[in-house]
Amino acid sequence: MSNAHSHVGERDAVISGIGQSPVGRKLGRTGISLTVEAALAAIADAGLTRDDIDGLSSYPGAVDSSPGMSPVGVPELKDALRLKVNWFSGGGEVPAQLGAVFNAVAAVSCGLANHVLVFRTVTESSAQTAGRRASVVGSGGARVSGPMQWMVPFHAVSAANWVGMYAQRYMHEYGLQREHLGQISVNARRHAMLNPRAIFREPLSLDEYMNARMVSWPLGLYDCDIPCDGSVAIIVSRADAAADLRKVVRIEAIGSALHGRDSWDQRADLTTMAAHDAAPMMWARTDLKPADVDSAHLYDGFSYLCLQWLEALGFFPKGEAAGFLAAGESRIGLGGELPLNTNGGQLSGGRMHGYGYLHEACVQLRGEGGDRQVAGAEVSVVGAGGGPLAGCMLLTADR
Amino acid sequence: MTFQPLPTITDDTAPFWDGGAVGELRINRCRKCRTWFHPPAPVCPDCLSMDVGPEVASGKATVAAFTINVQPWAPDMEVPYVLAIVELDEQRDVRLMTRMVDCAPDQIAVGMPVEVTFQAVDDIWLPLFRPAVTSSPKES
Repeated sequence: MSNAHSHVGERDAVISGIGQSPVGRKLGRTGISLTVEAALAAIADAGLTRDDIDGLSSYPGAVDSSPGMSPVGVPELKDALRLKVNWFSGGGEVPAQLGAVFNAVAAVSCGLANHVLVFRTVTESSAQTAGRRASVVGSGGARVSGPMQWMVPFHAVSAANWVGMYAQRYMHEYGLQREHLGQISVNARRHAMLNPRAIFREPLSLDEYMNARMVSWPLGLYDCDIPCDGSVAIIVSRADAAADLRKVVRIEAIGSALHGRDSWDQRADLTTMAAHDAAPMMWARTDLKPADVDSAHLYDGFSYLCLQWLEALGFFPKGEAAGFLAAGESRIGLGGELPLNTNGGQLSGGRMHGYGYLHEACVQLRGEGGDRQVAGAEVSVVGAGGGPLAGCMLLTADR
Repeated sequence: MTFQPLPTITDDTAPFWDGGAVGELRINRCRKCRTWFHPPAPVCPDCLSMDVGPEVASGKATVAAFTINVQPWAPDMEVPYVLAIVELDEQRDVRLMTRMVDCAPDQIAVGMPVEVTFQAVDDIWLPLFRPAVTSSPKES
């Protein structure tokens, strides 16, 4: 395959195994317990043993300041499993949630490790149950520093506020309506009803979406994802070291670019996000085109972020989201032109913070989707992040 | 006490956060190429000169995007309120995220001219914005 890049190093690595703990509300389990369950499942799925794992990577590292946002970091899992690693990395200053996967791919591609266990764990549902709201910065009375200081003191405290402003500007510019955003939420619910592990499995109509309470105009209740407890682990392996070739998912290309300002309010074009930087980089590293994509797994922490990914990835021309989404199920449903978020996304599946999409893309490419399987899925795209955070991957079946 | 998180003050950000004490919206500017930039940094993002420092901006701006927050994120938060990203008249790509005052939710619009007004809380003067009431100086 010809390519402008002499060495597309991500093709030296594959996803050789996947694992997921139970995902749900108030599971009543510790973060490390969920993480170990997902990790052991992924190792077994790859046909490997604990002793084969020589690398460890996670996003965003253990976080104390926001309850349940990331209760487990690399050191805790390493110690629990007594892993002997040659390379490890955990932290949040990466191209969004999938940055930990990109790091693992880079480590494998340059020979620092053969099998890297990558994980993401959340216990936000349990944390909120304990009487704390995970998503509000500055409510504890401490002074706010870093990027948050330019938003939170003005009561722009939630990502719903920041994303809401971007969505409003896009509506102003391009005639998008709430009904169009609603198609993303209703579609996610339709798919969640086919996924036994999804959190919300009752039907959701567009009327219910439109009549739900407002959160931060134009975003209402069903434009916002749902906090959950759970853990996802994947194994990134050197391509020629994968043990069970039936499970292998290939990494065709990665997009990790951030060319605009690393800021929620200073980006030059408020109708775009970092996804518009990452996606073109990904397409420049492959001969595949948007039309080749069989399933899309795109961040819907807020419905509008999913719209941004669809646009950034070139599934419709800039500004034409309304026309694309108006077609609803025939376009983004299971039997549609571009099946989107087949596991229910984060809107109905639960906020696994980027890793639910990656897990589901692998499920689809391995043909293990059951009732929600996209027939003949060979190419899937995964995109995670919003605002100044974005990272995406093009994955292919090993056929 | 009502919900009011406050920023940490540093040497770089102090002129921004306490300018309101004398009614000044202070924004960093390059003394060499005259580019305005925000947030404060020790280098001009355009010409890379390190001869930079705060200067007084007019406080006039234009609404670039807004949201009407309805959800009370803290128990003592009064809702709804209007948040906006505003572009400074001096240079449109210098923006502030802010809360609007004296502005009903159905009044806010992209392109609306606004002006700064300060709210003092402890040692911080928060630059809030309101619909412009003083007319802009006409170009002669």
